[in-house]
Amino acid sequence: MMIKEFFDKFRQTQVGKSIFRRNYEDTPKNRMLAIRGNVFMHLHPIRIRHGAVKLGFTWGMGGITFLLFLILTISGVLLMFYYHPNTRDAYLDMKDLEFTVPFGMYLRNIHRWAAHLMVITVMLHMLRVFMTGSYKPPREFSWVIGVLLLVLTLLLSFTGYLLPWDQLGYWAITVGTNMARATPLMGHEGPFGPELGMTAYNDIRFALLGGSTVGGNALIRGYIWHCIALPIVTSVLIIVHFWRIRRDGGISGPR
Amino acid sequence: MKNFIEIISKPDNVAIVIMIIMVLFFTILAFYYAISGDRRRSRKIDQPTSPEQKADGEDKIHSWPYLVRIEFLVAIIVIVLLNIWSVVLDAPLEEFASETRTPNPAKAPWYFLGLQEMLVYFDPWIAGVVLPTLIIVGLCIIPYIDINPKGNGYYTWRERKFAISIYSFGFLALWIALIVIGVFMRGPGWVWFWPWQEWDPHIVTSEINVDLSQIFGIDARSFAGSVIGGLVTLGYFAVGIIIPYIYSQKRGGKFLKELGPIRYLIVAGLLLIMIGLPIKIFLRLIFHIKYIWVTPWFNI
Repeated sequence: MMIKEFFDKFRQTQVGKSIFRRNYEDTPKNRMLAIRGNVFMHLHPIRIRHGAVKLGFTWGMGGITFLLFLILTISGVLLMFYYHPNTRDAYLDMKDLEFTVPFGMYLRNIHRWAAHLMVITVMLHMLRVFMTGSYKPPREFSWVIGVLLLVLTLLLSFTGYLLPWDQLGYWAITVGTNMARATPLMGHEGPFGPELGMTAYNDIRFALLGGSTVGGNALIRGYIWHCIALPIVTSVLIIVHFWRIRRDGGISGPR
Repeated sequence: MKNFIEIISKPDNVAIVIMIIMVLFFTILAFYYAISGDRRRSRKIDQPTSPEQKADGEDKIHSWPYLVRIEFLVAIIVIVLLNIWSVVLDAPLEEFASETRTPNPAKAPWYFLGLQEMLVYFDPWIAGVVLPTLIIVGLCIIPYIDINPKGNGYYTWRERKFAISIYSFGFLALWIALIVIGVFMRGPGWVWFWPWQEWDPHIVTSEINVDLSQIFGIDARSFAGSVIGGLVTLGYFAVGIIIPYIYSQKRGGKFLKELGPIRYLIVAGLLLIMIGLPIKIFLRLIFHIKYIWVTPWFNI
C-alpha cells in the first residue's frame, strides 16, 4: 500500500505528470478499452469468469507454452542469421556461435532450453486439460487441435536436433528415422513393404531424408521443415486453438 | 554411482530431471485438487446454493488487469528462469557428425526414448510406427469416446475414476517412466544398468529368448506355430472384447447402450493394445518370450 501511495503522489509532481501525461482512470470502460483497443490484447475476452484466472486451476501451462513458442521464434530467427544449412559449414557455425558471435552461446542455450521446456509444458498443459475434463463438449475440437500441436512440438524439436550436425543430433536422427524403414506397406523393412516393391531408395524413409542415409539432403530438409514449414503449420493451428477457446465460451470451468 | 551422477548432470538430461520434478509436482497437485474438490462437493449437497457456486457463474471480472497482470508476471518469471538456465548451462555440442563412428548407446531425442524402449519388446514396425500412430489417434478421439458428462471444467476423481486411471497410467507409466528408463537406465547395447553400476560396453549378457509356441515344443516358424500364435493374439482381443461386454450386459447394459457398439469396439481395442504393452514386457522379462505370433510377413 505504501508503494501505491508513493506512486500516486509521484504522479502529481511535474516529473510524474510529464511521464504519464494523464491519470489512468480505473473505470470499466477503460478496462474494456485496454483489451479492445490493442491488437495483441484483444486475443482476450473483455470479461472472464472468476475461476479462469486462478493459477491453481490452469497452472498457466498453455500460456507458458505460447510464450516459449514466441521466445523460440525470436531466438530461432536470430540463430538463422549465423547458420549455413550444409554439412560443411553447419558444425563450424556452432563453433562460431560459441567463440566469435557476441552472445552466440547464450542464443543457442536459450533456444535449446526453451525447446526442452516447451515439450514439458505442452505435456503438462495436456495433463491439466485432461484432469479438469476440459476436452468435454463443447471443446472437443480444441483438444484435437491441441494433440496436433503436441505432435508438431515434438516434430519441431526433432527436426532441430539435426541442425548442429554433431554426433548427438546425427545419431538421434538416424535412430529416429530408422523407424520409418519399418513402416507397414511404405517402408522397405516393414510388413508387406517389400511385397509392394519398397527398397531403401523409394520408401518413406527415403522421402523423409532425401536419401538412403542421413546426409546433406537430410540436413536441408530438416532445416526447411524446422525453420519454415512446421512453424507456419504450428502458427496456423495455434490461431485456431486460441480462436476456438473464445468461440467455445472461454476456458472451462464448473457450471 | 560416479557414472550415474555424470549421466544425470549431462546438460540435456538436466531437462529430464526438471521434467520428472514438474510431472510429479503437478500430478500430485491435480490429484490433491481432485480429492479435496470431491470432499467439498459432497459437503455442498446439503446446501445447494452456496455463495461460492453463485460467484462462479455470475461474477465476471475484467481481463484487464486481472488476467493480463498474471500473464505478464508469469512471463517475467519464466523469462528470468530461462535466462538463468541459459547463462549457467551450455547447450551440448559433440564432435563433428560422422557416419562411420556409431556411438554406443545411440539414443533418439529424449521424448522418443519411451518408444525406443518399446523396441526391446516389439519389432520396429510396432514400436516405431504403429504405436505412435495409435497414441496420436487415441489421444485425438478421447473427447468422442468419453461420454461421461460429469467432471467438465473442474478437478475431480470420484466422478471420472475410469478415465483418469487410464490416462494417468498411460502418461506416467507408459510415457514418462519409459523415458526415464531410456535416459538413465539404458547403457551400451541398450543393456539395463542400475544407477550404481558403471556403463561397461564390454558387458556380457546372456538372454535366450524363445517364441511362445516353442514353450510347447512347436517351432514358431512352422505353420502350426503360426496358427497357435495367431489364435493367442486374436483370442486375446476377442476375449478382451467379449468378456467385459457380457459382464456389463449382466449389470443392466445401460452403460453399453449409451456407449454404442462402435465406441465400445474402439475403446476396448485401444485399451487392449495399451494393456498389451505391459503384458508383453512382463512375458519378456519373466518368461523370455520374444514373439507371440510369428508369420512370414510380420512378428508380434
